[in-house]
Amino acid sequence: MEKKKIVLGVIGSDCHAVGNKILDYSLTDAGFKVVNIGVLSPQEDFINAALETSAEAIFVSSLYGHGEIDCKGLREKCDEAGLNNILLYVGGNIVVGKQEWKDVEKRFLDMGFDRVYPPGTSAEKGISDLREDLGKRG
Amino acid sequence: MMDAYLFIDFGSTFTKLTLVDIEREEIIATEKAYTTVETDVTIGYDKALKKLKEKVAVEYNITNKLACSSAAGGLKIIAIGFVPELTSEAAKRAALGAGAKVIKTYSFKLNESELEEIKNSNADIILLSGGTDGGNSETIIHNAEMINKFNLKIPVVVAGNKSCDDEIKSIFGDNIEYHITENTMPNLNHINVDPARETIRNIFMEKIVHAKGMENVEDSISGILMPTPASVLKAAEVLSMGSRDEEGIGDLAVLDIGGATTDVHSIADGHPTNAGIFLRGLEEPHSKRTVEGDLGMRYSAISVFEAAGAKTIKKYLKYDDLDIEEEVNNRNTNTSFVAIDEKEIDFDEAMAKVCANISMKRHAGFLDTVYSPLGNIHTQEGKDLMKLPYLLGTGGVIVNSRNPKDILSAATFTMEDPTSLKPREPKILLDKEYILSAMGLLAMVNANMAVRMLKKYIVEI
Ligand code: B12
Repeated sequence: MEKKKIVLGVIGSDCHAVGNKILDYSLTDAGFKVVNIGVLSPQEDFINAALETSAEAIFVSSLYGHGEIDCKGLREKCDEAGLNNILLYVGGNIVVGKQEWKDVEKRFLDMGFDRVYPPGTSAEKGISDLREDLGKRG
Repeated sequence: MMDAYLFIDFGSTFTKLTLVDIEREEIIATEKAYTTVETDVTIGYDKALKKLKEKVAVEYNITNKLACSSAAGGLKIIAIGFVPELTSEAAKRAALGAGAKVIKTYSFKLNESELEEIKNSNADIILLSGGTDGGNSETIIHNAEMINKFNLKIPVVVAGNKSCDDEIKSIFGDNIEYHITENTMPNLNHINVDPARETIRNIFMEKIVHAKGMENVEDSISGILMPTPASVLKAAEVLSMGSRDEEGIGDLAVLDIGGATTDVHSIADGHPTNAGIFLRGLEEPHSKRTVEGDLGMRYSAISVFEAAGAKTIKKYLKYDDLDIEEEVNNRNTNTSFVAIDEKEIDFDEAMAKVCANISMKRHAGFLDTVYSPLGNIHTQEGKDLMKLPYLLGTGGVIVNSRNPKDILSAATFTMEDPTSLKPREPKILLDKEYILSAMGLLAMVNANMAVRMLKKYIVEI
């Protein structure tokens, strides 16, 4: 069977590179084909990469606190580009400081993300959720 | 009697001959005559050959005749991809690397009016890309179906998602002439232009040249191997990287200013020369060619003026009493205009400097600054040529100029474009005998000799 393709990158002007490398390694190890667009990636690069490779999901990381601004409109642009129902996950340190997680999560779910992860989430958690979500789609 | 090779370059204006003594590895003579493609190219070729024979006193025996050509508009390609910044761009770069003129680049699923446009174009080849290997397949399949539906009678080079190759074969069947090769972008952001380049060259060699009123000349020469720009790129590659037995001189760029276009070739990785810079955008091919269709000395004189403005041209002029618009119009209407007096030469050289400046700016990469709470982060897009060791000039304007160094220096870095990654202090080289295209042809049959001769005949100025 062909490997499922996952686009991975760190959004916006964010240059935290370590978590991105770990996610790349873990996803590859778990049998996915990782399309890693790296740090400092604008929304358009995630979308173009997903289009050209026919990816099943986009893993967005944001560490430096501006995640909310950077992620706004990503789902709408995906829809516009014809990436219908592509899975959108986001994790890292997606907002500034310590905020009530329930509120943060809701804001990102409302933006159209399928999964939203608090700081310190392991790559494995993301992978098992991904398997579950992809399984539902068959 | 000595053995010699004859190299022929059927240019848009001149048919240029280079006769090489292959034992002593020396140029015996060069000669040129106007290209006569409207009637029969053999006329111009024979004329140049006759002049050449009169020039050479010694007896020689021509054992190999090889040619390149950019006559009759050169090789014209339409590039098709999926996402504009990705596979469309990769396809375009592959076509340029093959020495083609890219008439237009298309993206996404094509519609009927776009196919109508392609059908009515005078393209020689279509390069069809789209999707990484295992990636998007709908677009390239759709576009193949459209090409089939419109019965295009142009060879199609298929260089897209490999998983679609079989389906495309069955779509085209016997209706469309197609050539399947490796994907121009097998993985995201990684480009693979060489297989498409080679496939295009083969089609050019076998098919295209026959259709150009050049069939008569085929009998008297061994073959037209490639488009002239591909030959220049080949020469630049072997001079830079060497051959099996000969050392190359390292990274370099070639600036070739012509009547209609300005070509820049760079043979260099172009990785960042400073630490802590993040690379962005599509990977760059080691051998990269860009063509500026709006920068040239005659046919494009008006667009040079439009691109640069009077102020920039003035900056390079010695005489300040010239009417810039008039000078530009003269050259554009009278394309065989030859600059003779001081002022005319001054104006030509100013225009050449504008072409050098702008073409290198577009070819080289640039830095961008991202502001973050910690300070500024720098990103690089395109090639960093700041530490490039050599800049080599060719083309009539540069070769025949009294000040080739000044023209070439206009392509180097200045504080006017502080974010440009243009070469800063390259050594300036000159293709004094105007032999680059001939040496590219020689490299196809004897790369070692081509490297040795290039090192002998390309001079530092
Ligand atoms: C190293 C580091 C830096 C280095 C980065 C070097 C580099 N190029 O990688 C430097 C010094 C450059 C840096 C700069 C800045 N940093 Co910093 N940095 C850190 C630090 C100490 C470690 C980050 C790290 O590598 N972690 C290890 C990796 C493995 O973990 P991770 O990135 O979180 O990723 C894992 C998980 O989060 C998860 N994950 C991540 N994304 C996703 C996505 C999905 C879908 C899933 C499922 C999982 C997932 O999986 C990953 C693997 O396990 C953190 C603090 C911390 N301890 O986390 C601060 C931290 C991230 N930085 C911070 C800040 C503010 C900055 C700066 C803005 C200024 C500053 N104060 O230094 C700049 C921003 C620069 C920029 N434009 O990006 C803050 C962010 C605060 C916030 N979000 O509210 C932090 C949290 C420190 C803090 N407590 O203040 N930083």
